[in-house]
Amino acid sequence: MRPFKKEEGLAAPYDKANVDTDEIIPAEYLKRIERTGFGQFLFFAKRFLPDGSPNPDFVLNQPRYQNASILVAGPNFGCGSSREHAPWALEDYGFRAIIAPSFADIFTNNCAQIGLLNVVLPEDRVNQILRDIAGREGYQIAIDLEQQAVTDPFGRVDRFEMDAFRKHCLLNGLDAIGLTMQHEDAIRDFESRRQSRAPWLPRFR
Amino acid sequence: MPRTIIDKIWDDHVVYSHEGQPDLLFVDLHLIHEITTAQAFEGLRLNGRKVRHPELTLATVDHNVPTTPRNVPVKDPIAKKQIETLEQNTRDFAIHFEGMLSPRQGIVHVIGPEMGASQPGMVIVCGDSHTSTHGAFGALAFGIGTSEVEHVLATQTLQQRRPKTLRIQVDGELPLGTTAKDLVLDIIRTIGVSGAVGHAIEYCGSTFRAMSMEGRMTVCNMSIEAGGRAGLVAPDDTTFAYMEGRQYAPKGQAWEQALDYWRSLATDEDAIFDKTVNINAADVVPFVTWGTNPGQSVEVTGRVPDPDEMPDEASKANAIRSLKYQDLQPGTPITSINVDKVFIGSCTNSRIEDLRLAASVVKGRKVNAHVQALVVPGSGQVKAAAEAEGLDRVFREAGFEWREAGCSMCLGMNPDVLGPGERCASTSNRNFEGRQGPGGRTHLVSPAMAAAAAIEGHFVDIRAWSKA
Ligand code: SF4
Repeated sequence: MRPFKKEEGLAAPYDKANVDTDEIIPAEYLKRIERTGFGQFLFFAKRFLPDGSPNPDFVLNQPRYQNASILVAGPNFGCGSSREHAPWALEDYGFRAIIAPSFADIFTNNCAQIGLLNVVLPEDRVNQILRDIAGREGYQIAIDLEQQAVTDPFGRVDRFEMDAFRKHCLLNGLDAIGLTMQHEDAIRDFESRRQSRAPWLPRFR
Repeated sequence: MPRTIIDKIWDDHVVYSHEGQPDLLFVDLHLIHEITTAQAFEGLRLNGRKVRHPELTLATVDHNVPTTPRNVPVKDPIAKKQIETLEQNTRDFAIHFEGMLSPRQGIVHVIGPEMGASQPGMVIVCGDSHTSTHGAFGALAFGIGTSEVEHVLATQTLQQRRPKTLRIQVDGELPLGTTAKDLVLDIIRTIGVSGAVGHAIEYCGSTFRAMSMEGRMTVCNMSIEAGGRAGLVAPDDTTFAYMEGRQYAPKGQAWEQALDYWRSLATDEDAIFDKTVNINAADVVPFVTWGTNPGQSVEVTGRVPDPDEMPDEASKANAIRSLKYQDLQPGTPITSINVDKVFIGSCTNSRIEDLRLAASVVKGRKVNAHVQALVVPGSGQVKAAAEAEGLDRVFREAGFEWREAGCSMCLGMNPDVLGPGERCASTSNRNFEGRQGPGGRTHLVSPAMAAAAAIEGHFVDIRAWSKA
C-alpha cells in the first residue's frame, strides 16, 4: 500500500449527501479484471454527456478544480455497493484524501486498504469549507496525518480523529496481509480448535 | 456478563486480539463472484501466495451473466472475460465453482442459504455489500472490498473492529397485503440510510419470530441500505426446519450437536445494545420509493412529497435532486405514476416465496400493453422449483418474460437494463441514480406491488386486491 504522510493540494467540492458507489463508478465499468485505469470512469454518468463529451456543468470538469487532490464531500460518502473500484477510481483520478462529515463503513475500509485517506470533520465545519472553496479559487488544503491536522488557506487548523492502528498502517504503507501473516501461530491454533469445537461446519470441494 | 448474539459470534471467531488493534476474525464461509475477485487472485499470484482454505470458499457467477438461454456464448467480450477469469481462478486454486451451466448457479446470496452453506453462528463474508442477507440464519455476515477478499483468500481471516450493536424490535402481525419488504423499507425510512452505520443489527420481536426464512432474508438483505455493517435474526425452529436436509447442512449426530450450539447463540436476557429502535408491525403499509435512495419512500396511497415540507435543509436539497432525476412533481399521487418496466428478482426478492406471491397476484390477468415485465429467479434451483409448481406458466400466460437466474436488472451489468428515462417498478434493493441503467428511474416495492403494477401499468394499492 502507498503510505500516506502529508498531502497539500487543491480541494474540490462534492456538496451532496449519501453519494453512493454506483455514482462514483457505475456498474457497467466494473467488468475489467485489472486493478488500475479506473479513473477514466470516475463519476461517469455525471461527468460525461450521453454523447461522450465532458459535461461542462459537472463540478470536477470546471477548470478551477483540475488536478485537485483532496475531495470535500457531504455526509455518508461512499454508501451502497462494496465495490473497491470506487476508491480505485478516486485514487487513479488523482485524489489522495477525502474530507467528509461521515463515511459508509465498507467504503472507508476499502480506502484504508489502498492508502486513500478519509478525514472526518464536523458537518458544520465541512459545510464552511465547501462555502470557502466556492468563494476562493485555488483553495488549498494541507493534511498532516502524523499530527491528525487539516490546515486551510486561512491558517485555521482542524484536528481529526483517527484509529491509531489504521494511522500506523497508513503512515508506513503496511500491507494488511503481511501483518496478519505474522500471526500464523494464532491462526493455526484457532484452526485446530475450530475443528474439534464445530466439526459440522461445511467444506466444499 | 450477558452478551448479544453478535458478541457471542464475534467472541467465538477471534483468532488474535491486542489492545489498540482490530481483532483478527476467522471466516467460516467465503463466498465469491466474478465482479470483485479477479484483482484479488491477481494479488495472490503477484505475491506468490496460496488460498489458505479453498474448501471454505464457494464461487458462482451472477452479476454479469445473461438471463437469456444459457446454450449460447456470452456476447459481451469484457463480461465473458471476467466470467472466464473466475472459472480459471477457481480451477487454479481448487475452489468449488457453480458455473453458468450448473443447475445450482444463481445469485450468491440465494445459493448460499439454499445449499445449506450459510449456517447459524458463522462468520460469512463476500465481496458484496448484500452479504448481510445471510444474517437471516443467525450468522454474522458482511460485505468486504477486493483487498479484503484477497486477505481472506490468503489467511482465512479478516482484521475487524467490533461493531456497535443496534436492536431493531418489531412486534405484532404485518397487515394483509404487506410483506417483509415493506417492513424493511419502513425501517430504513425510520432510521435513515446512514442510521445503522458502524452497527451490526439484531432484528428482534414477534414479527421476526413469525416470519419465514425468505422474509428474514429480505429484511437482513437491506440492512446495508440503512448503513448497517450486518443484520441478523437469532436462529430458531423456523431456521432449523429450513436448513434440515440441505446439501451442506450437518447430518445425523453432527446435526444434533450443531443444534445445541445454535440454540445457545440467542442474545442473553439482560444483554445491552448500544441502541434500540422500536417499530410497530401494525403500522406497516405497502411502500413505494419516490426518490433515489431507499429511505425515500411513501405509502402507496400517498403523494410525492414536497421538498419545501422537508424537516431540514439537507433533506430538502436531497429531495429536490431526487425529484429532478426521477422526473416527478411534488403532490403527484403515487398511484398515478406509470411504469415502463417491471423487474421481479434480485437477492432481495427472487426466492420461491416471492415468486409464489407475485404469481398469485398475476394469475388470470394480463400485463399492461405498455409494460415490459421480467421475472428473474434468484437461482437455478428456485427456477426449477417454480417450474415444478407451474409458476412459470402463470407468469408467461400473463405476459411476463421468464428468465434464467442472475442479478439481471438489479444493477444492469448484463443486457437487462433500463433505457434513459425509463421507469421501473422493481423488487430489488437500490434506487440509486442509474442503478438499473444510465438515466433509468427505479421505484422499490414488494413482489406483490410489482406484480400489480405490471398488470395496471401504474402503482396500485395491493391491499384493495388482497381483500377481493
Ligand atoms: S441481486 Fe443486485 S444487490 Fe443482489 S448481489 Fe446481485 S447485484 Fe447485488
